[in-house]
Amino acid sequence: MNIVVCVKYVPDATADQAFESDNTVDRVGVPGLLSELDEYAVEQALQLKEKNEAPDSVTVTALSIGPEAAADAIRKALQMGADSGVHVVDDAIAGSDALATSKVLAAAINKIGSVDVIVCGMASTDGGMSVVPAMLAERLDLPQVTFASVVESQGDQFRIKRDGDTATEIIGATAPLVLSVTDQTGEARYPSFKGIMAAKKKPLESYSLGDLGVDAGEVGLSAAWTAVDNTEARPPRTAGTIVTDEDGSGATALTEFLASKKFI
Amino acid sequence: MSEILVLVDHVDGAVKKPTLELLAIAKRLGTPAAVFIGAGDKAAAAAETVAKFGAEKVYAVDDAEIKGYLVAPKAEALQQIAAQANPGAILIVSSAEGKEIAGRLAVKLDSGLITDAVDVQEGPVTTQSVFAGNFTVTAKVTQGTPIITVKPNSAAPEEGAGAGTVENVSVTISDAAKKAQIVASQPRESTGRPELNEAAIIVSGGRGTGGNFDPIDALADSLGAAVGASRAAVDSGWKPHAFQIGQTGKVVSPQLYIAAGISGAIQHRAGMQTSKTIVAVNKDEEAPIFELVDFGVVGDLHTVLPAATEQITARKG
Repeated sequence: MNIVVCVKYVPDATADQAFESDNTVDRVGVPGLLSELDEYAVEQALQLKEKNEAPDSVTVTALSIGPEAAADAIRKALQMGADSGVHVVDDAIAGSDALATSKVLAAAINKIGSVDVIVCGMASTDGGMSVVPAMLAERLDLPQVTFASVVESQGDQFRIKRDGDTATEIIGATAPLVLSVTDQTGEARYPSFKGIMAAKKKPLESYSLGDLGVDAGEVGLSAAWTAVDNTEARPPRTAGTIVTDEDGSGATALTEFLASKKFI
Repeated sequence: MSEILVLVDHVDGAVKKPTLELLAIAKRLGTPAAVFIGAGDKAAAAAETVAKFGAEKVYAVDDAEIKGYLVAPKAEALQQIAAQANPGAILIVSSAEGKEIAGRLAVKLDSGLITDAVDVQEGPVTTQSVFAGNFTVTAKVTQGTPIITVKPNSAAPEEGAGAGTVENVSVTISDAAKKAQIVASQPRESTGRPELNEAAIIVSGGRGTGGNFDPIDALADSLGAAVGASRAAVDSGWKPHAFQIGQTGKVVSPQLYIAAGISGAIQHRAGMQTSKTIVAVNKDEEAPIFELVDFGVVGDLHTVLPAATEQITARKG
């Protein structure tokens, strides 16, 4: 079984995220890292391998698209235990929308070849659209089962549990398929010292768009099918009133505030 | 004016409020036309509701053969209706399912997609709130049929009779779209409270509850509010994940958000920062949540909340 786990290098959400002058996300000036939500995807990919009857027959490839620094996200996945990495890096990709991203991912997955399971995180921590798994499935003509809180497999049969708004569902599907997993699937492991050392010897291939047979004109900011007109920092919230509760004064003040705003 | 397709979000034919909001937005952009994918015998009732809120046309797709196959068949159905109607835009509710349908549809129609819009005006020009609500972005689709998913509470439903002419559409669904299937479903027990995504008021509890949500529940009920929880409370097993507000839970934007015993980590702020009015009750005066609030009480939620609940109930008489 061959597993590809898609990982994204994102601006650190605890740093000051920003936009470039062309309204694209600043991916260079802001410190980046492997998207936290993709760590759960790496973890589930590794668990699928470890729980397989013949773990050595299963390969886990970490795939990322992004600037040079995005290799850091792949290296983190390799340190956690992925077997190899594929990095699609090409200047023409900058500013790509989700549609172009899914196109490049699909081309890379076809290049890797005979992939049975593609694991993604539930969303990125920057764009946060949650649409790439569905787009990828559409491009590869595969089923997608998304927002899994539990993933189980037996051979090519997959069962996932999903906690929806109105119901908890069990969904069945046969590989090849695209999975996306939530943070409910379980803590992602930390790289061990041994894992960090081993990762240095693991193969990390780098592809350009040309290697994947994707025309540079089909991706990037100029080929995006959406255009951002304006980005504006939200004005800081004006400082509110803060009271300290003493002998029930807090509750009275709170009730007064809610009444003054007509919530009561 | 071209038709603006609105995919109807419903439970067994009962149309949900966010769909009515989409119809109000569709009216700004063109002629509202609803797409109902559901049981054949429920179409008439759904059509009546959407007509009351302005739908001139209702495309009805009987889902007898595709029910339970997740999103892929719905995307195929919409693709075929779009080919026939040549709409000016397609509006879908920004739920997990809605966004996935939109994602597949965008690839099928070679069209640009904008998700999580909080406003849509003529153009269509969309407004989105990004980076944990720290930035506001306006954008438009530049290729194909604009596909836009819109967050609940982004517009007020507007009554205004539309013709609501029902057109039954038979669609062809590929076998490839039927490869993932719901094999079991356990409906969530109704709490009797509003749904988090649609609620005007939300009261949330965090680590500071110590696992006792009684004060949260009681305050919520006195205000007619929904109950939410922080990731810390969910990870502790005090509330199911469906209650979680934050980056990996629900992103909400109610009129009033009350955070009790929640410190206000970035994870949580990403899910509630765009609420209109924010109130916090926390023992720790250094808690970052106080940077966001319109009104804050430094105090123990276990005494402040029950006392406030009592006063609110008394005022309501």
